[in-house]
Amino acid sequence: MAIVETTGVTPLGTQDLQRTGALSRWVSRHAAILILGVLLLILPAIASDFILVQVAGWAMILGIIALSLMFLAGYGGMVSLAQMTVAGVSGYMITVFGASSLPAISLFWPWWVAAPIAIGIAVAFGTLTGVLASRTEGIYTIMITLAIAAAFFYLTLQNWPIFNGFAGFTTIPAPVAFGINWKHPVPLYYLILFFAALSYIVVVYISRAPFGLALQGVRDNPRRMEAIGYNVTAHRIAAFAFAALIASIGGILMVWLNNQISPGSNGIEATIDLLVIAVVGGLGHPIGAFVGAIIYVILRTFALDALVAVGLDGRRFQTLIGLGFLVIVLFSPDGVIGLWRRWVARTRASDGRTNH
Amino acid sequence: MSTTFGTEETADGTKRGDAFGRWIGHHPIAALVIAVVVIFFLWLVLAPWPAGFEDVFGKKRLFINALFNGVTLGALYFLVATGFTLIFGLMRNVNLAHGSLYLFGGYMGYEAGEWTGSWLFSYVVAFICCAIVGIAMQFFIFRRMEGQDLRQTLVTLGLSIVFSDLMVWVWGGNAVQIDTPDYLSGPIPLPIVLAVKSSGEPVFLQYPLVRLVIFVAAILIGIGMWLALNRTRIGVMIRAGVDDRDMLSVLGYRVQLLFILVFAFGAGLAGMAGIVGGTFTSISLGEDSHYLLASLQVVIVGGMGSIPGAALGAIIIGCAEQIGQTYFQNYATVLTFVIMVIVLAVRPQGLLGKR
Repeated sequence: MAIVETTGVTPLGTQDLQRTGALSRWVSRHAAILILGVLLLILPAIASDFILVQVAGWAMILGIIALSLMFLAGYGGMVSLAQMTVAGVSGYMITVFGASSLPAISLFWPWWVAAPIAIGIAVAFGTLTGVLASRTEGIYTIMITLAIAAAFFYLTLQNWPIFNGFAGFTTIPAPVAFGINWKHPVPLYYLILFFAALSYIVVVYISRAPFGLALQGVRDNPRRMEAIGYNVTAHRIAAFAFAALIASIGGILMVWLNNQISPGSNGIEATIDLLVIAVVGGLGHPIGAFVGAIIYVILRTFALDALVAVGLDGRRFQTLIGLGFLVIVLFSPDGVIGLWRRWVARTRASDGRTNH
Repeated sequence: MSTTFGTEETADGTKRGDAFGRWIGHHPIAALVIAVVVIFFLWLVLAPWPAGFEDVFGKKRLFINALFNGVTLGALYFLVATGFTLIFGLMRNVNLAHGSLYLFGGYMGYEAGEWTGSWLFSYVVAFICCAIVGIAMQFFIFRRMEGQDLRQTLVTLGLSIVFSDLMVWVWGGNAVQIDTPDYLSGPIPLPIVLAVKSSGEPVFLQYPLVRLVIFVAAILIGIGMWLALNRTRIGVMIRAGVDDRDMLSVLGYRVQLLFILVFAFGAGLAGMAGIVGGTFTSISLGEDSHYLLASLQVVIVGGMGSIPGAALGAIIIGCAEQIGQTYFQNYATVLTFVIMVIVLAVRPQGLLGKR
């Protein structure tokens, strides 16, 4: 899972190019991102509330949580299955400290108290997971984080005093803040978009910052990094803490969007779905998490109708997801963005041949 | 990181009894503490509890039932987890579809039992069906991606998603109960005094016979595997493969055949465990992840790739789960989790694992 930064090589001498030339080149190189950004910003004007929240919003939230997994797996080489659990912890905590339909459990503190506490607890939980997971290596990380995820799932299922058992919590609206009611579709959409963009940018930034580079060094050769003088364990735990921060933000947004949380929100299936999202999208670049999430949400939303339309049983959705995942793992281990990169490379190569 | 399958002879070839004596000589305090704990435990199980003690800790009946349920559940976990740990130890393949194999074996055993009416025959069917699936997985998929741990694990994950959905398709979401055969049904009295009636008559423990039989069978299977691993040629090959797979293959042994054998055996055991689980409680949707989690916890606690470790881990996790459910229902899973965390913190390789 090597990270290849596609730094465009300019064949012409750049010194005689004017500023406008540089700008247009920048625009043409990042055209896709610009178009996507504009589209996301004006989406509320063209899409229905359902598309806005249940498709785009939900995909971006899953993307944020999957991004935390991508960060750990892609840059740290640690596939953690506990990221959905971290999101679940923060989701449950915002419910316990904030508002819900259960006054016996919820404390009804204002959002600016409840949200930081929830994030703090979730980050502490994620860091602790990291402390445990980084005591072992490689494939063991999956086993331990899966065990942690399952343990938390069964805890939420069995525990009534704090987690309200299998019923979970309902009526957890996004708060009213700065004079805006964030539970309405359009404000909620922009809130999610803001955090999705922010976490994406921060992850991209960190991947190029000294910490991110050191982390990638730890991924590629821990022994050598240790010899150079880096504290390998500390880097791994810090990566878990940072990933937990992202996942916990996703968890709070998830609760505000769904208006409920129950053990199923962080169950084994949700945990595995998150890994599917990250792997299908591709662990090589942060955008993969969002690509995987949008594919997953579109499938989840429309596959049922599509399956029925072609005469298959709509309930076999899970098989479809599993088979798609298998195909990706077997034939394109770097996910959809890997396919995309290979396709771009091939068209560039054939362009090169036709030009010369 | 190398893993072990039990029996280390001490370096100078002395017998185990001497080593035990020497250990006591070297650690007198630890030996004393262990002896006190063992004696206290035996007293807890065998003697009727005094009234004051029952006031604090609840009825003895509860404790003994939890303990017996825990140990017999441990036998079931052992059956599931040995296959998992064997496959992991030899092939470095974390088989996340192991829970699905368990469930599949349970369903196939149920179908076979419905057809033939024979409980014992259903074990044969479950073993063969799961072994075939295991062979197919190893032959068609994992053979092609040897040495790619992560990719293999992801493939098993994908397979488990597909398998569980297909099983829901065929058998629906309802729980299926496998009937205990007549000759094993009903409880039998055991010479363990639960309480003493006011007339001075002791009340003995009544415990389901089938669970005890399964427990004995699991022990026999464990001993059989120990003998097979330590006294047969195949066993030597497997142990050698666990220690150094590449070297074994260089020496001209047919490693691929060995892999297929081990995968078939591990999968078959999981399938048989499915029938045991179906007889103990029931088999239903979601049980696959439950038993996958149990296997994970067992091998993490006991030590990856170690069969004695799987036995120890299975007993610990089984007892912790049952005792937790009896005494602090809201936090039962936390107990097994805490045990796992403590083991990871103190011995990351597991209790009987070797680095």
